[in-house]
Amino acid sequence: MFGKLTLSAIPYDNPITMTAVAGAVFMAFVILGLITYYRKWTYLYNEWLTTLDHKRIGMMYVILALVMLLRGFADAILMRSQQAIAAGGSLGFLSPDHFNQIFSAHGSIMIIFMAMPFMVGLMNIVVPQQLGARDVAFPFMNSLSLWLTTAAALLVMVSLGYGEFSKAGWSGYAPLTEQQYSPGVGVDYWIWAFQIAGVSSTMTGINFLVTILKMRAPGMNPMRLPLFVWTTFFTMLLVVWAFPVLTVDLALLTLDRYLGMHFFTNTLGGNMMMYVNLFWTWGHPEVYIVILPAFGIFSEVVATFSGKRLFGYKSMVYATSVITILSFSVWLHHFFTMGASPNVNIFFGIATMLIAVPTGVKIFNWLFTMYRGRIKLATPMYWTLAFIVTFAVGGSAGVMMSIPPADYVLHNSLFLIAHFHNVLIPGSLFGFFAGFYYWFPKAIGFRLNEDWGKRAFWCWLIGFYLAFIPLYVLGFMGMPRRMAHYANPAWHPYLLVAALGAAVILLGIVFQGIQLLVSIKERHALRDPTGDPWGGRTLEWLTSSPPAIYNFPKIPVVDELDAFMDMKERGVAYLRPDQYDDIEMPKTSPHGFIIGALAFMFGFAMIWHVWWLAILAALGTLFTVIIRSMDDDIHYIIPAAEVERIENERYRQLGSIA
Amino acid sequence: MERKKYFVFVGLLSLCAVTFLGGCSTILLFNPKGPIGESERFVIIAAIVLMLIVIIPVFIMAFWFPLKYRASNTKSTYMPKWVHSAKIDFFMWGVPIAIVTLLAILAWTRTYSLDPYKPIPSAHKPINIEVVCLDWKWLFIYPDQNIATVNQITFPVNVPVSFKITSDTVMASFFIPQLGSQIYAMAGMQTRLHLLADKPGTYAGQNQQFTGRGFADMHFKANAVSYEEFQSWVEKIRQSPEKLDLERYSKLAKPSVGYYPVTYFSSVKPDLFEYILRKFNPNLDKNFGPMSGGPDSKHAGSDVSEEN
Repeated sequence: MFGKLTLSAIPYDNPITMTAVAGAVFMAFVILGLITYYRKWTYLYNEWLTTLDHKRIGMMYVILALVMLLRGFADAILMRSQQAIAAGGSLGFLSPDHFNQIFSAHGSIMIIFMAMPFMVGLMNIVVPQQLGARDVAFPFMNSLSLWLTTAAALLVMVSLGYGEFSKAGWSGYAPLTEQQYSPGVGVDYWIWAFQIAGVSSTMTGINFLVTILKMRAPGMNPMRLPLFVWTTFFTMLLVVWAFPVLTVDLALLTLDRYLGMHFFTNTLGGNMMMYVNLFWTWGHPEVYIVILPAFGIFSEVVATFSGKRLFGYKSMVYATSVITILSFSVWLHHFFTMGASPNVNIFFGIATMLIAVPTGVKIFNWLFTMYRGRIKLATPMYWTLAFIVTFAVGGSAGVMMSIPPADYVLHNSLFLIAHFHNVLIPGSLFGFFAGFYYWFPKAIGFRLNEDWGKRAFWCWLIGFYLAFIPLYVLGFMGMPRRMAHYANPAWHPYLLVAALGAAVILLGIVFQGIQLLVSIKERHALRDPTGDPWGGRTLEWLTSSPPAIYNFPKIPVVDELDAFMDMKERGVAYLRPDQYDDIEMPKTSPHGFIIGALAFMFGFAMIWHVWWLAILAALGTLFTVIIRSMDDDIHYIIPAAEVERIENERYRQLGSIA
Repeated sequence: MERKKYFVFVGLLSLCAVTFLGGCSTILLFNPKGPIGESERFVIIAAIVLMLIVIIPVFIMAFWFPLKYRASNTKSTYMPKWVHSAKIDFFMWGVPIAIVTLLAILAWTRTYSLDPYKPIPSAHKPINIEVVCLDWKWLFIYPDQNIATVNQITFPVNVPVSFKITSDTVMASFFIPQLGSQIYAMAGMQTRLHLLADKPGTYAGQNQQFTGRGFADMHFKANAVSYEEFQSWVEKIRQSPEKLDLERYSKLAKPSVGYYPVTYFSSVKPDLFEYILRKFNPNLDKNFGPMSGGPDSKHAGSDVSEEN
């Protein structure tokens, strides 16, 4: 009846886990209690859980990403502490089983539940506005994507307190993830969390591709698209091409685990190399999926804060397209050491190196955008500069590893860990932070405190170098990744420095928390009454901060690249239209949230083999989809008079500052 | 503010330099003990030097431009519409292309010369060692000497060592950092690796690919000794009371937690290595397929049964 469900699956005997669970449950109760106390349930339901507004959905994505960042970072702190302690004869404070879960969760969370939602969140807030559109192409699918990702993230969180998470790494190499070697539910949690999030990502990909292709304002031809839109476009192409491969790979693994098949097993003709092959066919494009949007953000930030057009816009677009195509021809560099012939290895080695060319061009374009500019060093610009310098190092380490013989000695060492953190942290996370600080006033209505922002920045940057430069050295010293403990005393001092680095980053995160609180307190002083706090160049700065539900009372007409800058220069940016029209907007819908909840139930039931519940949840999902499809009344009209009232208020505000 | 950033950066750089110089003997990859490792060190250093051609100008520009063109410096040129320069375009595409071309040539030649499957030319007949990855220890079989060891190998210095590698469990990676190249160990398949030590010594060996609970304890010692010492080591092992028959092997293959102590077996069941391969892959080709060949063979995919 209840499958594998049992009370003994709760890890009572593990004080660290139980403390974390108690903390999470306590926080949840506090939040639920506060909502009840302030009677905000109706507000929460009407304005957030059921909303189809792209800006709100985007904000919820970002909140999810920040929560998961804390979780993933807590894992990082545990790993760094363990390796700082477990030297020589010491086994540290984490058992190998626990340590293995932690690094598996860290990787899974940071890629799928931190970087992806952060990126999709920023895209949601910004892309429709940059296009001069009122929403994405499929607002309901957007809400559905959000709730599926949330359901998948929740599965990972539940694995902390009930059962276990995978102990086989975020890449889950078969046959270690097969039933024979990983009989527990950990791998199943990992599989279903990835599968549900994967469906969500694929839908997001389709949604943004159609949005960018079909919802551009009049006059916004491809060569007038803001660079963030371009990188979003290429990213979503990658998502749509790559994610189905992961889905199939994990589905085959699921068949092995659940139905005793032999796709990737050691025996009966299974081929574990095919698992690895398919995983990286998705996995390498995935890296570009989380990096390309950040490249777009840096391009927006550097142009705005240099008071200058982006240098070499066209070469930026071409460079991005080249990276998109090449990113599908390099995946084998993740397993040069599998015994392929030199012919195969060198093809993928050189293909990998080639990516350095367009990437290098991008770096130079950002640098020459600053050249002959008027640079304002606000927080987003700090992250951008740190990115340029740091990414140059990380990228070079990657080019080095693309040479197969160098990879033969560096593969799976801490050098590799240092390399990919050195590209993903500046190349992705720093970019999302830059975007977060840059677009925060747009989404919320006030800027964030600069002083605390810069303090947090310095902690992140210094902490980053302290944490990862020692890992490069450890790689040269031959230390493998994923070691729960080690005998070599020479490694110990470097791991102590790395742990110190993690502590400095922690301080940076604390400062970011303080920054949020201080900014909320000072929100009146930091308010952005114009909608254009930075001297922006693209259309999202034309709207008010925060924008009205419909973004643009009149769809803008675009004549130039950097459309809003062009409007400001011609003095037409704030011209009032003669009259307003009725605006049609999508109605709220609870179905996305309901399907998210059902997907969570389905995943949980599959993990614990509660078949009736899985069937029920699947039927429920189908049923909800049918109900939603039958609903023809999915729009509502904002009357012209209402639009005029909102816009009058905006112009009154603009007038009072002018 | 910019100055502060500069000092932080210089401080970090010198810190790295100091750690590098100070700990050189423990920086194994820069302290190779054989031709494969030496060649790979050369590749790494050459790549670093070539990269610096890009990294250094990027660093200079990333510090100099924001300083020179800061908003408060109104004396600097301001050209808000300046977005194209053929000269800059030429360099920004040209320099990376030139560097990648050089790297590609380096990578091309070295990928062929350092192919792990390629035997090392030598006047001496190579020592054959069959490697089996177990949970969580390494079994080494010397087929020519008919002895076996756990978590320790010994071989003569300046004599090529020819490894045949497989796994009786999940995927692992066999690696002796100071001698060079690692290669995966996979059940039902045989991978190849050729190494040579040109200086006597004891070198750390390890599993480089995560294999589960006991992974951290999967390290072993590789001793490169004189030929005479090797002979007497073999003799010593032949005195061991332990014999590796099937029964003993199945006991050994069971998962063990913690570092598995060095164990010597004075004799080994004939063709034990092949037996382990065939356990997973009964249709194995008698010659172990394309993988046992020289550098010209296509060991793509490394699946032994590919030829069937």
